[in-house]
Amino acid sequence: MEQKPTLKNTEKVIEIKGLYKSFGNYHVLKGVDLDLYKGENLVVLGKSGTGKSVLIKILVGLLTPDVGEVKVLNQYVDQITYKELLALRLKVGFSFQNSALYDSMTVRQNLEFPLVRNQRNLTKAEVNLAVEEMLDAVGLLQTINQMPSELSGGQRKRIGIARTLILRPEIMLYDEPTAGLDPITCLEINSLINQVQERFHTSSIVITHDLTCAKAVGNRVAMLLDGQFQHIGTFEEVFNTNDERVKPFYDYNFIQ
Amino acid sequence: MENKAENPSIPNEEVKGPGKLARMFLTLYDVYKFIARFFKEGFLPPYELKELFRQCYEIGYRSALLISTTGFITGVVFTKQSRPSLSEFGATSWLPSLVGIALLRTLAPLLTGLIAAGKVGSSIGAELGSMRVTEQIDAMEVSATNPFKFLVSTRVLAATITIPILTFYTAMVGMLGALLNVSMSENTSARAFFQSSLEQITFLDFTASTIKAILFGFTIGMVGCYQGYNSSKGTEGVGKAANSAVVIAMFLIFIEEVVSVQFFSLFRT
Repeated sequence: MEQKPTLKNTEKVIEIKGLYKSFGNYHVLKGVDLDLYKGENLVVLGKSGTGKSVLIKILVGLLTPDVGEVKVLNQYVDQITYKELLALRLKVGFSFQNSALYDSMTVRQNLEFPLVRNQRNLTKAEVNLAVEEMLDAVGLLQTINQMPSELSGGQRKRIGIARTLILRPEIMLYDEPTAGLDPITCLEINSLINQVQERFHTSSIVITHDLTCAKAVGNRVAMLLDGQFQHIGTFEEVFNTNDERVKPFYDYNFIQ
Repeated sequence: MENKAENPSIPNEEVKGPGKLARMFLTLYDVYKFIARFFKEGFLPPYELKELFRQCYEIGYRSALLISTTGFITGVVFTKQSRPSLSEFGATSWLPSLVGIALLRTLAPLLTGLIAAGKVGSSIGAELGSMRVTEQIDAMEVSATNPFKFLVSTRVLAATITIPILTFYTAMVGMLGALLNVSMSENTSARAFFQSSLEQITFLDFTASTIKAILFGFTIGMVGCYQGYNSSKGTEGVGKAANSAVVIAMFLIFIEEVVSVQFFSLFRT
C-alpha cells in the first residue's frame, strides 16, 4: 500500500498547546501539543483510553480543557461565546464512532436536519438537491428513504459522514471511522476519507487503531502515549523507532 | 519534549469528590439551570413547531386509550362505592354532584398526571437517555443545532399543553362511567344527571383543575427530559433515567396535589 506524502502547507487550522484534561483522578491528556495544517489528513494513533476521542471532543467544545490553548480556525474554543461556538461548529465536521444517526428519522431526514436548521433560506427543492448530491457522493443514494436500523455498519458510517459533509466543513474529525467493520468495508471507508479530502478540500484528524487506515489516509501520523504526543511524522518515521510502546501497534496490525 | 505532566502549575493532585450534601445542592443547582434554560430558550425563535405538534400527538393521542379506560372505570367504581354511604343519609340525589366535584377537583388531574408520569415520563426519559448514550445529542450539538430546543423545549411544552386537555377528557369519560352506574341502579336521565353534577361545579373548580393539570404536565415533561438529557453513559443509564423519570414525577405530583389543595382552599369560603 502506498503511503501518502506529507503536505507542504504551513497554514495551521488547528493549534493545540499544553493541553491537559482529567476526569476526577484520571489524568487523560498531560500536556498535548499538536498542529493540523490546511489540507492535510492527520492520523492520531493510541491505545484505548488514552484520550484520543477526548482530544477531538475538546476541539468542537463538547468537552472543556482543564489547562492549555486550543485554537481552531484562529479562535480559542474555550474562550468564545456559545453563538461563536455554533458558528465555528459549522466549519468543523465530526463523524462519530458509532455514526450517531438519529434513529427516529429516515436517512433523508438525518441529512436534512442540520441543513434546514443552519440554512433557513433554502427552498425545499434546494434541500432535496443537497441531500441527494451528498448521498450520491458517498454512494448511498438508494438508501434515502430507509431508517438507520435498516442499514449495515459501513452504510451507517457513510451516512454519518454525509450528514457531516452536508454543511461543507473546512475541517473533518473522524472518530474511529473503521472500528467494527470488515476489511473490505474498511478499505471503502479509507477511500471515502481520501475522496472527501480531495473533493471537499478538507483538513482532517482521523482517530484510529487501524494502521492500514492510518497508512492509507494519513499525510502525517501522531502517536499518543501516556497522555502526550511522543512521535509525530510520516508513517515510516513514526514506526521506524525503538520505542517499545510503539512496536506492538505495528506487530499487531501487520505481522499478525 | 518537556514532560509537562510534572509541571507544578498543573492540578495533578488527587481530586476529592463532593460530599453527599454538596452533591444534593449541586443537583438542585443543575435542575434550576435546566428549568431556567427552558424559560430562556423555549419561547424564542426559531420555533420547532413540527416537532411540538408531533410530541402533542405522541403524548395525547397515544395515551388516550389508557386514560379513557382508567377514567371510565374510576367513574363506575367511585359511584358504586359512594352510593351506600349516601343512601344511609338518604342523600343519593347528591351522587351526581359528588362525582362531578370529586372528578374535576382531584380524581381527573391526579389520575391523568399519574398515568402520564408512567407512560409519557418514562418514554421521554428512555428516549432522551438512549439518544444521549448513542451520542445523538452530541451529534446535534456539533452540527451547530440546539438539541435543547429541539428535544427538551418541545417535549416540555407538549406535555404542558396536552395534560390539561387529557385531564378534562378523563373527567368527561369518568362522568360517563358514573352515568352508566347510576342508570343501572335508578331511573335517572342523562340530562338530569349532568345538570345535577354540573350545578355544583364552580369557576374556581375549573380554574384550579386547569392550573394543577398544567403544573403536572410541566413536571412530567421537565423531569423526563432532565433525567434523559443528563443520563449517564451506558444502557444502565437509560433504564435508570426512565425509572427515575416516573418515580420523581409521581412523587412531585403528589406533593403538588397537596400544596394546591391547601392553596385553593384559601379561596373557598
